[in-house]
Amino acid sequence: MHTTNRRPGRTAAAAVLGTALTLVLAACGGDDSSSAEPTALDPDADLSTQSIVVSNWEAYMPDDIADVVKEKTGATVEITYHATNEDMVAKVTGSGGEGLDVVFGSQPYLEALAKAGMLEPLDTDFLDNWGNLETAATDTAEVDGDAYWAPYTWGTTGICYRADLVDEAPTSWYDLLEPSAANQGKVTMMGTERWAMLPALKALGYSVNTTDEDELAEAKDLMVAAKPNLLAYDDSTFYERLISGEATMTEAWDGWCNYGTGEDENIKFVVPEEGSDLWTDGIAVLKSSESKEAAYAFIDTILDAETHAWVEENILYNIPNEAALELVPAEVTDAYETLGTRREEMLAGENMTDVGDDAAAIYNQIITEVTAS
Amino acid sequence: MTTTKQHGGIGARLRRGVEPAVLLGPGLLFYAVLVAVPVLLVTGYMFATRGRFGGVEWELGLDNFTRVTDSVYLEVFRESLGLALLATLLALLIGYPTAYAIAKLPPRWRTVALVLVVVPFWTNFLIRVYAWIVLLNSQGLLNDLLVGIGVTDDRFTLLYTPGAVVVGLVYSYLPLMILPLYAAIEKVDDDLLEASADLGAGRVRTFLGVQLPLTLPGVVTGSILVFVPSLGNFVVPELLGGGKTVMVGNLIRDQFLKAQDWPFGSVLAMMVVVLLVLLFLGQAWVTRRVEGGARG
Amino acid sequence: MASGTRRSGLGWLWLPLVLCAAFLYLPILVLVVMSFNGGGSAYSWDGFSLRWYDELLHDDVLLESVVTSLGIAAGATVIATVLGTLLAVGLARHTRSRLLEAAAMAPAILPDLVLAIGLLSFFYAAGIPKSAGTVLLAHAAFGTAFVVAVVRSRLAGSDAALEEASRDLGAGALSTFVLITLPSIAPAVVAGALLVFTLSLDEFVIAYFTAGPTTKTLPITVYSMVRTGVTPEINALATVLVVVSVVVVVVAARAIRPKEKS
Repeated sequence: MHTTNRRPGRTAAAAVLGTALTLVLAACGGDDSSSAEPTALDPDADLSTQSIVVSNWEAYMPDDIADVVKEKTGATVEITYHATNEDMVAKVTGSGGEGLDVVFGSQPYLEALAKAGMLEPLDTDFLDNWGNLETAATDTAEVDGDAYWAPYTWGTTGICYRADLVDEAPTSWYDLLEPSAANQGKVTMMGTERWAMLPALKALGYSVNTTDEDELAEAKDLMVAAKPNLLAYDDSTFYERLISGEATMTEAWDGWCNYGTGEDENIKFVVPEEGSDLWTDGIAVLKSSESKEAAYAFIDTILDAETHAWVEENILYNIPNEAALELVPAEVTDAYETLGTRREEMLAGENMTDVGDDAAAIYNQIITEVTAS
Repeated sequence: MTTTKQHGGIGARLRRGVEPAVLLGPGLLFYAVLVAVPVLLVTGYMFATRGRFGGVEWELGLDNFTRVTDSVYLEVFRESLGLALLATLLALLIGYPTAYAIAKLPPRWRTVALVLVVVPFWTNFLIRVYAWIVLLNSQGLLNDLLVGIGVTDDRFTLLYTPGAVVVGLVYSYLPLMILPLYAAIEKVDDDLLEASADLGAGRVRTFLGVQLPLTLPGVVTGSILVFVPSLGNFVVPELLGGGKTVMVGNLIRDQFLKAQDWPFGSVLAMMVVVLLVLLFLGQAWVTRRVEGGARG
Repeated sequence: MASGTRRSGLGWLWLPLVLCAAFLYLPILVLVVMSFNGGGSAYSWDGFSLRWYDELLHDDVLLESVVTSLGIAAGATVIATVLGTLLAVGLARHTRSRLLEAAAMAPAILPDLVLAIGLLSFFYAAGIPKSAGTVLLAHAAFGTAFVVAVVRSRLAGSDAALEEASRDLGAGALSTFVLITLPSIAPAVVAGALLVFTLSLDEFVIAYFTAGPTTKTLPITVYSMVRTGVTPEINALATVLVVVSVVVVVVAARAIRPKEKS
């Protein structure tokens, strides 16, 4: 009696398991090949029928951009947020690009995505405002001769600190890596691999894009030694920590530091003497997008002189848009030195690029091991 | 007792055969696809190599296993075990007297007390962890208190330490310790405790010799309910540990969502599973022994 | 507890009870108090104000994620309750296999992180784009295990006598199930359903791994808020959630009313 009853359940389960496994293995095998050709765009496409999903950092673009784009072009824009570049990459690759059309990201990550064939090479003829951009920036957006993203902001990384809480203004990366007794436990560094390695690499005099294993090992040792001095690894809340006084010095991007300066005049930014990077953030279109015309329209709207000027005025980051720069009011560039008199500092930085698949894995491993130490 | 009935005829036999299939089939199918397959997949991943952006390349090898024996990762495992055990122990130390106290309350108050224990648990987990970020912050309340009382002039960094992580873990799972303990303590027959006292055993001996063994299944259940989620946790170490306290949960999360090294993450995850399976087998053994002993 | 003489009062046990209560509720109290903070900091008091509740009500992203969470919870509950109940009855009446029983409840015991990465891998390998739907399926999967556990334990004591009688009298399998079996396990089914619903609403880890790029459940939104920094808006949200959970738990406790041994 019981054997008769047990069998149906068991056989059913086994059959299903087998089918499912076969399905899964079949799915594993497939791999998309991607071409480097830009998709042919339809200049007369009716954008009111198109809608795109854009992923960006929070508070990193005009609040009303969706409405502005809708008004100007008719396309619908839905916005979603990511907290770090790795989040963005995970989102893009996790579903093969499904569900997203446009992403904002930092150069090394966009480069890697482009090389992996996930990004659409941009047909710059389609972007009326492309000419507004400085060539120094657009040059960094090229992979194998094609532009894969529109530069959005750029800047440098340095030490953002509370001038009133430190005895001496920091001048070197070592002030962060080996803080004085008064600052022990009150400094933060970034945890995103490329910027996490930056202070150590620059302090040791190495390139921020190095793939040399010995150099990386040295940097790793320096970071392991620095860890006990830290308050925390922080990619997103460091200026709040400065404002509250929890931290006295933080590794920060220049634009982020401006937020702090806006709240508390004692918060200042310095590029350490060993030098730093020149990073760029850009807007890219995913190859998998089915509304590419709308995506282009979105990018074009942002590159418009007025919109892009708004970005610098309100988000306090440097923009690589010559036409827009003329529209930025003097009060802003006077109040925030990194946008005004000290703009040249960032251009002296070493451009942070992708380091390639294998080296990126090593960077990752180092960070994992440093934070676990 | 009637013997199992044969309701005659092939039609009835068939019905009997169909019924378990209808009952068990859908659920098992669902499980097969959404639980068994994923677990098998992860097991397979252990032998593969990482894809650039997640996923795997099916180049099989044992590299991931050799990598996990690196002292850094073993250290993380050791620390995770230590923190989870510590959290469990603290939860037990706080939970047992509390559960005991609740069991001794008058019935009406017992319900109230149990409700009070459960309410924080039904508040969103992340918010409860966030509460400790606020409390333990160097600019926060606890430091204010310490400075106010005059214990210290300097503000301590309570947050972003392994201690903060343990506090967070205990806080999150304490109700899961209290409830089973309460159930076990409540079942203990007072007569046994009285008898022990009558025979001359002191309070401590009665506790250790009678009460504790009888409530041991509750202790074990509660401990497991705290230990398992503590071990695999990544939210608490991330938010309260400041990125400096890395537990195995953080490692696994990072491998899958940051470093995109799914095969390595799979090995780590499976190690946790194996550990827990051993734990459950141990629990079953303890429970059997205790129940056997109590009856004997 | 049988005899009355031992119930002589708590004695020194009052201390741990009070300390534990303080430990559990102090953080919540602080959260609630600071939610009325006029200033922007979650640490320093700056006058009484309801502004953060106002912000909460106008936070579209948050409200949208509440709706998403409710939808996912509802869907997962339906699936889990149906499948779990069927499974529990099937296990109780038609099998002696301890292994099968353990397997049916395994998802409830495995760490959620393991299930989460498994499902992430599965959806990725099967080419299923992640979305609210995948979260729903994931929650249904582990919810089923809880329903099985609850209903199964209810069935554990009972025997099939009533059902056998019903079949003897000529009722078919389906009518027996609906008219005899279901009513007898109804409280457990309801309890299981409630359990799944609540677990799904609060579930973070699995949702985090199986959500699509634009899917936001309430826990996921709270996680981003908390990661981005400490603002009293989170305190306001916390207060609302605490009030809701108090109401829910009190109502549930009243409804269930355990039979106390006197």
